[in-house]
Amino acid sequence: MKILVCVSKAPDTTSKIAFTNNNSSFDEAGVNFIVNPYDEWYALVRALELKEAQGGNVTVLSVGGIDYEQIIRKALAIGADDAVRIDAPESDALSVSTHIANYAKDKGFDLILCGKETINYNGSVVPGMVAELLDMPLVALAAKLDVTNGVATCEREVTGGMEVLEVNLPAVISAAKGMAEQRIPNMRGIMAARTKALEVVSVENTTATTSVNNYELPPAKSACKYVDPANAAELITLLHQEAKVI
Amino acid sequence: MKTIVFAEHLNGKFTKSSLEAVSYASAWSASVGGTCIAITYGSIDASVLGTAGANEVWKMDALSAADGEQITKLMLAAQKESGATAIVLSQDLIGKSVAPRLSVRLNAGLVSGASFLPTGNIVKKNVFSGKAIAHVTVNSEISIVTVLPNSYGVNAAGAACPVNAFNAEVGTARVRVKEVRVEESESIPLPEADKVVSAGRGMKGPENWGMIEELAKELGAATACSRPVSDIGWRPHHEHVGQTGIAIRPNLYIAVGISGAIQHLAGVNGSKVIVVINKDPEAPFFKAADYGIIGDAFEVVPQLIAAAKAFNATK
Repeated sequence: MKILVCVSKAPDTTSKIAFTNNNSSFDEAGVNFIVNPYDEWYALVRALELKEAQGGNVTVLSVGGIDYEQIIRKALAIGADDAVRIDAPESDALSVSTHIANYAKDKGFDLILCGKETINYNGSVVPGMVAELLDMPLVALAAKLDVTNGVATCEREVTGGMEVLEVNLPAVISAAKGMAEQRIPNMRGIMAARTKALEVVSVENTTATTSVNNYELPPAKSACKYVDPANAAELITLLHQEAKVI
Repeated sequence: MKTIVFAEHLNGKFTKSSLEAVSYASAWSASVGGTCIAITYGSIDASVLGTAGANEVWKMDALSAADGEQITKLMLAAQKESGATAIVLSQDLIGKSVAPRLSVRLNAGLVSGASFLPTGNIVKKNVFSGKAIAHVTVNSEISIVTVLPNSYGVNAAGAACPVNAFNAEVGTARVRVKEVRVEESESIPLPEADKVVSAGRGMKGPENWGMIEELAKELGAATACSRPVSDIGWRPHHEHVGQTGIAIRPNLYIAVGISGAIQHLAGVNGSKVIVVINKDPEAPFFKAADYGIIGDAFEVVPQLIAAAKAFNATK
């Protein structure tokens, strides 16, 4: 089975969120970038498990500049066989998806896996766009994935329960928590990653249909109001009379 | 400007997030003097979408379930027929399957997870898991917006509206639904709840959740939990809120015995009012809280249950 896993970079969860250039760009100073957790922990690890059980090849793909290489090496260290970096700015979701689809369209991938969203943009958009561009079905937010004889079986959370879905491959599947468990790369994997193939693909720029004008920080929270634990009942009064939420 | 908005329903009722999307679409089109058409399917009384703000409803009776590709084709046909230049969906499961496909087919800019109404061609959305807001410019003739659930209230001031039959060639669904397992529960589904009582490892064991459930019941709230608690199996996974679980934005979030790791905060920082109960005064969650009680959950929660009962008796 040929599997493509799309990985994005994201600032570490503990990063300070600040902006520069008149609040028009994210301040990357001192920020540690990681592989977007949904892409790494769930999509990539499940792809590796499927390959280990059934044979095949796992390719990781990123759209971005040279600063993506450490992210891609991490994915290779975890166990991907080879990697592709499409050398283009991450302008908007439609541009990124177009680059992914243009690369993937004649490569014969059986399965394209993505994380359900990035933790910095929270869009949940690229998997659906890639599916449409490649005329493939999409299962969004799958928490379980198995593949038997060219058919993927997925489970996902729906309001009040779980849903079991089946789809013939090739398909695009976006991964939510539960699909796999995080893997820590070992020294052998890290060494092997240095020599694995990383293809850099040059592409024409695309026109973005959306662009971020500027960012703002949410209004600061007012200080916490403490209630005496010996008189906890006062909280109910405050929630009713002051906060007006009950 | 004409706006079309997709409305999803479950068990004979429109979902709360769909009604929010209809109210959002209605306010958006009204702000520029346009009309709002809600698009839906199946055998449901759709005139109620008028109360959330739709001017009319177009319904495809022959379609019985919401498949991503079929709803995409339905929305494309509705866009073509109406000439709509604004398309709204909820950022729920079906919205996440349909909006990206529409964006590709119409070459239209998509802003996903908007929490505020657009101003001109600028739409604001939360980014960095709620730690910042981006002002996104849409550069295309048609704009598509998905609305973050629980961020835009349902405006139910309207009246029932006319429902017209609408048919489109929607093809067949390639994703097959094999089974739906609805977990027997009287509690409120977490993503739709406007009050949530959540607890963490400070509860010491699953046998102590009775008081959390009782407090939730008295407040009309759903129950939730932190990641460690669902990972060790004290509570079901679907109750896990946080970065890798579900993100919620209730009006009231009460956290009992949860320290407030940054990953947990990322899933709840959109809550309107946050109450933190923890015996550790240094718990980072207090920094994000509106109200705090530094105390032992096993002493504080029973007092809250009694107070909530007394409060309910006065209503």
